[in-house]
Amino acid sequence: MTEPNLLLSLTNITKRFGALVANDDISLDLREGEILALLGENGAGKTTLMNILFGHYVQDDGIVRVRTDAEGMTTLPPGSPGAALAAGVGMVHQHFTLAENLSGLDNIRLGTEALLSFGQRATARARIEKIIAVSGLEVDIDRRVADLTVGEKQRVEILKALYRDARVLILDEPTAVLTPQEAEGLFAVLRRLAANGLGVIFISHKLGEVLAVSHRIMVLRAGRKAGELTTAEADRRAIADLMVGKALAEVTRTPGSIGKALLEFDNVCLGKPSTRTALRQVSFKLRAGEIVGLAGISGNGQTTIAALLSGLAVPDRGTLRLYGQPMTMTSPRRLVEAGVARMPEDRQHDGVVGTMSVAENIAIEEVRSPELSRLGFLDRNAMRARAESAIAAYDVRCPGPDAEARLLSGGNVQKLILARVLEREPRIILANQPTRGLDIGAQAEVHRRIIAARDRGAAVLVISEDLDELFALADRFLVVHAGEVAEAGPADTLDRATIGLMMAGQSRTTEPLAQ
Amino acid sequence: MDTLLDIFSSANFWAAAIRIATPLIFGVLGALLCERAGVLNLGIEGIFVAGAMAGWLAVYLGAGLWGGVLIAALAGAMFGLLHAFLTVILGLSQHVSGIGITLLATSASYFTYRTTLPDVSSPPRIIPYQPIAVPGLSDLPFLGPALFQQTLFTWLALALVALVAFVLYRTPLGLAIRAVGDNPASVEAQGLSVRGLRIGAVVIGSALMALGGAFLTMSAFDAFFFGMVNGRGWICIALVVFASWQPGKALLGALLFGAFDAFQIRLQAEIGQVVPGQVFLMMPYLLSILALVLVARKADYPRALLQPWTKGQRH
Repeated sequence: MTEPNLLLSLTNITKRFGALVANDDISLDLREGEILALLGENGAGKTTLMNILFGHYVQDDGIVRVRTDAEGMTTLPPGSPGAALAAGVGMVHQHFTLAENLSGLDNIRLGTEALLSFGQRATARARIEKIIAVSGLEVDIDRRVADLTVGEKQRVEILKALYRDARVLILDEPTAVLTPQEAEGLFAVLRRLAANGLGVIFISHKLGEVLAVSHRIMVLRAGRKAGELTTAEADRRAIADLMVGKALAEVTRTPGSIGKALLEFDNVCLGKPSTRTALRQVSFKLRAGEIVGLAGISGNGQTTIAALLSGLAVPDRGTLRLYGQPMTMTSPRRLVEAGVARMPEDRQHDGVVGTMSVAENIAIEEVRSPELSRLGFLDRNAMRARAESAIAAYDVRCPGPDAEARLLSGGNVQKLILARVLEREPRIILANQPTRGLDIGAQAEVHRRIIAARDRGAAVLVISEDLDELFALADRFLVVHAGEVAEAGPADTLDRATIGLMMAGQSRTTEPLAQ
Repeated sequence: MDTLLDIFSSANFWAAAIRIATPLIFGVLGALLCERAGVLNLGIEGIFVAGAMAGWLAVYLGAGLWGGVLIAALAGAMFGLLHAFLTVILGLSQHVSGIGITLLATSASYFTYRTTLPDVSSPPRIIPYQPIAVPGLSDLPFLGPALFQQTLFTWLALALVALVAFVLYRTPLGLAIRAVGDNPASVEAQGLSVRGLRIGAVVIGSALMALGGAFLTMSAFDAFFFGMVNGRGWICIALVVFASWQPGKALLGALLFGAFDAFQIRLQAEIGQVVPGQVFLMMPYLLSILALVLVARKADYPRALLQPWTKGQRH
């Protein structure tokens, strides 16, 4: 009755969180040897759907069926990860579910042996080594997970699923934490696994990688299925429109006119030299009318550079020059008053005070200015008026100036921050992960604003882990690795592979090692 | 100097150190098991009292010594179950629940003692565990008297150290307990029950704590007094950190503390006329604070300690 190579079928899945309908009547089929990409913006319902499939959430409606033997499909009981595992569904979460105090081997074994037994360590090791040989998932399974790199942890996660004879492998945003090279390696593994008959569901919001790795694409939008097509017939533009639900205007960028250096790092050192995030002899310049992109895998010193530019830290050695003057005795307030705009990495945590109102959050960097205060007291009416015009100009979706900032979505918080910092026409802008977690529409808006600020003559430093974003914005590239910043050159002379190698620590001048 | 040498070379000193360490070994093992699973159990002080009272009362009422041990363990397990219900099922603050358990278990024990024996003025005595001599071994110089003046209860503590270490490091169950204290999501993603593991660990751990209390009334002494636990539970909480959550080091920590305590008693006898006695009483605690400062700054806490787990939470 069912087609023979069908592995998995979700039928009419609906899930509500309060008033929010996260999944609305979604159906999905997966066949042997197929890589299905589940594409959609943040909040489109991709992860919710997979969490239902895996039993982390209980659906309000709909059924999940999995092939358990040659004859037919079995319906999974809702809300039971154990049942999903037993039926051969393996999931690699975006946030890894690994015990960091255990070895890779022990993480893989966990839950596969009777609790009250002596365990089967040696047998397990032999089997895992065989799986590693077949799949190409190289990793030292005897090391503590805490000591593994992110890419290695991900391989342990995939091994966990394969060790349990998974026939369906779900990967939730697997490339978010990888370098381009690591991502390529992952794609190679996935193709190999699919060729051996595994079904793969690949969740992503990045179009490029979806087109590169999948056979079929399903697009979700606002909890509903927006479209389904084979990758061969897919076209970038059409899928983007499907994801957003309307035709998107391209963000265009014209060459800017570059002025003099506004901010200089001169041999800056900061932090304990033994750590990865310590800065080692960092020198670079930010010039007026130029967007500089800082590429790098997270945790290589970006946070330290951002802290220096935010006035939260001072160099141990070396000099920071602002408008040609050495910066001494810095503080966040002085930097703000000197015309430095900051868009923090963790915008919900560092960018706004959640329990304060939108109006207060917009005014927060300028409460001492005569426009917003009278005789040292806050001028609430002026603050509200400022907020109302900012809400309109920056399209901040919120109930009004008095709404608490914590109620805003990530995209709207970022627009609020843009309104706060850009209205002052800053001369230097630090944009740290400016669009992380934002949907395509909000992303385009943030990019447009940043480019407009550059065209006005501001010097911009964009720190991002998303190379597509950096290529969309940057005039010039810097790459940070283990606290050292290397000049990569103008954006139009570079490609992703070159940046990727530099992110992995190979300097541009040396030849890549022969594989 | 001669005094110190006399103290350290005396077999009686080491026998006392081991005896003082025994309740701490039980307590620290119990606390370690709870914390490895991610649950801090500050009910330990009260559970000690409950174990001391329940074990002793059972023996007094004719249950026999091993019957007393069993009753004490059950009393501890019961309070452990309550703590697990409040912290694991309801996800309440582990600190607040633990302190509540300590207050409840302590007063409930005194209450039971008073209502069961309303008319006694001096605490009734039982016949406690007796030291067991092992023919041959007991006659060994120095080691013999130090080790073989101990009761079976002490040997039980030492055996439990080995058992807990074996379970934690050599069985799939131990793997799961260590994982659930580090990252509960890892356990759930592998199809095991986070709550089941945590409740089990807290219940068993609390039973072990109660045995620490029972040792006081059934082996170290032969009666139940108010205030006899006297902070031993709290010391165990510190010793777990000192031991980096490892059973072997927990044993070492308990023995060190026992040695400090035995030492101060003897030193008090020697030079007690010169220095006030309270200074000596402080000594083991001061030394444990010092040891903690040296060791605990690098302590590798179970990462999920104190964090409640809700199934299907958005994380």
